[in-house]
Amino acid sequence: MATSVLGQAGTAAATAHHEQTGLWSWLTTVDHKRIGVMYGASAFLFFLIGGLEALLIRWQLAKPDNNFLSPEAYNQLFTMHGTTMIFLGVMPMSAMFFNYMIPLHIGARDVAFPRLNAFSLWVFLLGGIFLNASFLLGAAPDGGWFGYANLSSKQYSPGLNMDFWAMGLQILGIASLAAGVNFFVTILNMRAPGMKLMRMPMFVWASFITQLLILLSFPVITVALIFLMFDRLFGTNFFTPATGGDPMLWQHLFWIFGHPEVYILILPSFGIISEIMPVFSRKPLFGYSAMVFATAFIAFLGFGVWSHHMFSTGMGPFADTFFSLATMLIAIPTGVKIFNWLGTAWGGSIQMKTPMYFALGFLAMFTMGGISGVMHSAAPADLQQTDSYFVVAHFHYVLFGGAIFALTAGAYYWWPKMFGHMLDEGIGKLHFWLMFIAFNLTFFPMHIVGLHGMPRRVYTYPAGLGFEVWNQIETVGALLLGLSQLVFMWNWWVSARKATPAPADPWGGATLEWAIPSPPQVFNFGEVPTVASREPLWDWRRAAGGKLPEPPRVSGAGIHLPPNSFWPLLAAFGVTFIFISFMLMARFGPWPMIASASLLFLSIFNWAFEPTH
Amino acid sequence: MAHADAHAIHPEPVTGIDNRKLAIWTFIGSECLFFASLIGTYLVYRGRDTKGPFPHAEWTDPATGKLFEPIFEIPLVTFGTAVLLFSSFFVVLALSGAQEGNRRKLLTWLGLTITCGLFFVGMQVYEFTHFVHKGLTLQQNLFGTTFYTLTGFHGTHVTLGVIWLGALMVEAVRGKLTAERALNLEIAALYWHFVDVVWIVIFPVVYLMK
Amino acid sequence: MPVLPFARGVSLRSPWWRRLPLLALLLLVPAVAAAQTYPQSTLIPKGDFADLVDGVFWTTMWWGLLVFVLVEGALLFVIFRYRGRPDDPEPEQVHGNTMAEILWTAIPAVILAMIAVPTVRAIFKTYEQPTGDILKVEVVGHQWWWEFRYPELGLTTANELHVPRGKAVSLKMTTTDVLHSWWSPQFAAKRDVFPNRSTTLWFSARETGNWSGQCAEFCGIQHGRMGFRVIVDEPAEYDRFIGTLRASAAPPVRADSTGLQVTKLGAQAPGVAPDPLLAEGEKLFTNKGCIGCHSLNAAKPVGIGPNLAGIGSRTYLAAGWLENTDANLARWIREPQAVKEGVLMPNLGVTEPEAKALVAYLRSHK
Repeated sequence: MATSVLGQAGTAAATAHHEQTGLWSWLTTVDHKRIGVMYGASAFLFFLIGGLEALLIRWQLAKPDNNFLSPEAYNQLFTMHGTTMIFLGVMPMSAMFFNYMIPLHIGARDVAFPRLNAFSLWVFLLGGIFLNASFLLGAAPDGGWFGYANLSSKQYSPGLNMDFWAMGLQILGIASLAAGVNFFVTILNMRAPGMKLMRMPMFVWASFITQLLILLSFPVITVALIFLMFDRLFGTNFFTPATGGDPMLWQHLFWIFGHPEVYILILPSFGIISEIMPVFSRKPLFGYSAMVFATAFIAFLGFGVWSHHMFSTGMGPFADTFFSLATMLIAIPTGVKIFNWLGTAWGGSIQMKTPMYFALGFLAMFTMGGISGVMHSAAPADLQQTDSYFVVAHFHYVLFGGAIFALTAGAYYWWPKMFGHMLDEGIGKLHFWLMFIAFNLTFFPMHIVGLHGMPRRVYTYPAGLGFEVWNQIETVGALLLGLSQLVFMWNWWVSARKATPAPADPWGGATLEWAIPSPPQVFNFGEVPTVASREPLWDWRRAAGGKLPEPPRVSGAGIHLPPNSFWPLLAAFGVTFIFISFMLMARFGPWPMIASASLLFLSIFNWAFEPTH
Repeated sequence: MAHADAHAIHPEPVTGIDNRKLAIWTFIGSECLFFASLIGTYLVYRGRDTKGPFPHAEWTDPATGKLFEPIFEIPLVTFGTAVLLFSSFFVVLALSGAQEGNRRKLLTWLGLTITCGLFFVGMQVYEFTHFVHKGLTLQQNLFGTTFYTLTGFHGTHVTLGVIWLGALMVEAVRGKLTAERALNLEIAALYWHFVDVVWIVIFPVVYLMK
Repeated sequence: MPVLPFARGVSLRSPWWRRLPLLALLLLVPAVAAAQTYPQSTLIPKGDFADLVDGVFWTTMWWGLLVFVLVEGALLFVIFRYRGRPDDPEPEQVHGNTMAEILWTAIPAVILAMIAVPTVRAIFKTYEQPTGDILKVEVVGHQWWWEFRYPELGLTTANELHVPRGKAVSLKMTTTDVLHSWWSPQFAAKRDVFPNRSTTLWFSARETGNWSGQCAEFCGIQHGRMGFRVIVDEPAEYDRFIGTLRASAAPPVRADSTGLQVTKLGAQAPGVAPDPLLAEGEKLFTNKGCIGCHSLNAAKPVGIGPNLAGIGSRTYLAAGWLENTDANLARWIREPQAVKEGVLMPNLGVTEPEAKALVAYLRSHK
């Protein structure tokens, strides 16, 4: 019975699906797995760049009154560090898992719109390259990842720096929105028979809600960036105080996007943890429905707390009260999630493999970030903490201790599925301990210096304020944290050379991706499975009396797959060039714009009329 | 356990709504937030101007003593609004023509829809030119900045809609917009309705509210 | 190495885990605040507003610590208690427990309520401006320095705000350029300043001294060095300071044969010739263009650069971080861009002897 699920060969022996090779096949691919891998590879590369920026920042701050970096260089580095980690590191790393895992999790052969998926990838990649290209001109963005008006205006930021930022973010926003529509439809429409909404793996739920957040919050930043762009390029008055424009408008628009963005960064990680905890506890996820509702509730509240980023603006006692209480409320569903993860492990049989190390590390560290989050939900206390290193500590506990730990856990968990070989356990655990210790060395002291009065975004600090020792510890921690990433890469290298073949299901997984060979064949499922519970594989395994046979690789002949297409890549170039054209307008007039728009229309036209089978 | 449609070319959508239709609904949901932000900004900045010209009141520039007429002229834009609303009705008829396989009905009503769209865009181009002559530029004041940005982005949406419907018109003329492919028109029509609905919000908020 | 007092009597033979709390305490020692070690700390409030904030902080801190211990404790317990081997039998397949869900929704809600009540109370208090016998101060943020005005006295100073101990101070704040945030951790936490509106804050200081504060909203290239000082004086001392500012505004005394105007501050006893170095400095102050941005008259601010009335007795230069020594002042005048890159003060080509005269002249303004 089980084997019939796991893929009988199609009867028609017409065209077997072979793995495509060569650069061209990657540039034109519409396979969600390849797109996922490319998302992951580029995200990790950007993550390393962002990390390098962090190391330069830490080096500058290692001692007081240091002049290793000029103030301008420092401002560019911290702006790019934040922007890179959020938009080019964590988001696309999550996107890697969306791409690779959602279709596998729901038993689909691809996403709803494979070419749109390729388009998202290329727009993201070109946007990331464009943003970083600003370094070559010495004009990297320097106004902070939050780009507060009116410092970002042409008057106070006359260079190209903030143009790069505004255009780069617009480009990346298009990638996110396109992917958001795609995954939203994929999850609703492409589920295998029997995969009801409340049977979906928690990761799919988390991803689904993340897409909703993207769809509803990105348009707001798009509008804010349009305003900024118009102010800078066409002399409009959106944020110009002299004509009545109000810099507060930027803050509201930015944080109406910015707070949901925080959940866009962390919810996929919640999903990953919700997959790993049950498998390595050998027990189903505790309180599945509560987890789904908690996630939805967090997302919902996420739209009603944006002004807690603005307590120091003095909005008045009623607004402060509302946003304080709403923010505190978020602690409840978040707590529910943490307790349910603990409940999952409680009474289980915990298998201490590397993914579980990182998942447990996530639990420990994210809890701390959550607690410090509640601490500055109290508006009066936040008046001391906001814009201090205490906040820097808080969001690194949430986004590094949270998101990066979870994403690393996910990488260890799914690596065998994606690449067909196991990662080395010993190096994996070394990686974990080094990262765990280095992480705390780097970020824990930031709580202390923050409370002792060290503001954020300062390129140096004077001696004698008591910051010196803590900053030195942080810098040492940061260097070790960098080293831990080298250990990660060393693991890839060693494991690839050793190439211990991964079975279809190395961990005793519960979800559909473990039912097919590692790595999956291009069509994913020889036959689309039918699902009867939340843990289909565990059902089948029990029915089979303990162990499932290794699924065979099948020819897949007769399975329809969308053909490769070149147009998504070309359309992505069109989009990117359109935004670059805005920057060239002053110099070259409308011609670059006309050329790029033509390229985009040509690509979309050909895309629309391209035969899909 | 093996499923009958394992090799189906297009697996049935779980929700029963075609992927592309669901996608356009999703996109429209997202667009709501886009226009909400633009309209919200317009409302926040309404009446905060330190200098004119103003939408409904005269203004004398204290520096030059020059008199600026109120900017808005309601009759023309009301007519444009009506035309745009009718086009929403026409596109429904065009869709029904496509679904029935009635080519003449399809071509007639789709042609009218596009004509209405073009008229609306033309009206806006005229209006913008006229307003600039009356002294309201994009840079002049908050009113100019927010008015042109909001209505300009709506106009861009209408223009893209016209191009989209135009491409479908070419299909229809070549006889390729058959009953089986009526969905192509249906999703364009959904977008077109959305653009109209947005205008139904913009029109009173921008032009009528004093 | 001397044994710490509380470490005495701890037997080294006791099991290592018994010493864990002590170790944790040792780690905490440097973190626990002492004003000498952490002069800019938020944890050592010296004024009523900061006390209010501190109270809320510790409420959240203690509850947070409790939650931290419980959750991390439970996590450690689970890890050690339920660790299994691959060949262990499958554990009981529990899918959830409604009672547990209710409990871990309700208990955090109660804890949050314990935090919320004092929070809301404090929020409303932070917005209650003091009334009665108060000192009004206007704070104006500039890239990258702070202007302080005493509107009731018609006097302006920069980067060093003098307030009398114990008196309620009401701040009205704005900026002439971009957003800044006025952060005085010991007294008043922070409040952002905006170009088109004014924001408020209040405090009264409990302890005299010279306290540091800083801009906390990123405001451009020199955000890192946009500091200020809050100098809390005994009332008599404060009056003397205000006297200095007033004196700077008094009409200058026409001096002797040199025909140069000597401000009252630099004035000598009648009949004594003025110091030629001072006269040279005064001439340079005008000729080099300093006067274009800086006023030495506390009643007539220029508003471009910091007002320099009383500069001779200020403790810091260049917005609260460079000690006001002759050498530093000379260097600051001669090569401002080297001292504070990107600052709006241009390099005016002042030579070393000229700087000396300028320093002497400025020093005389106390």
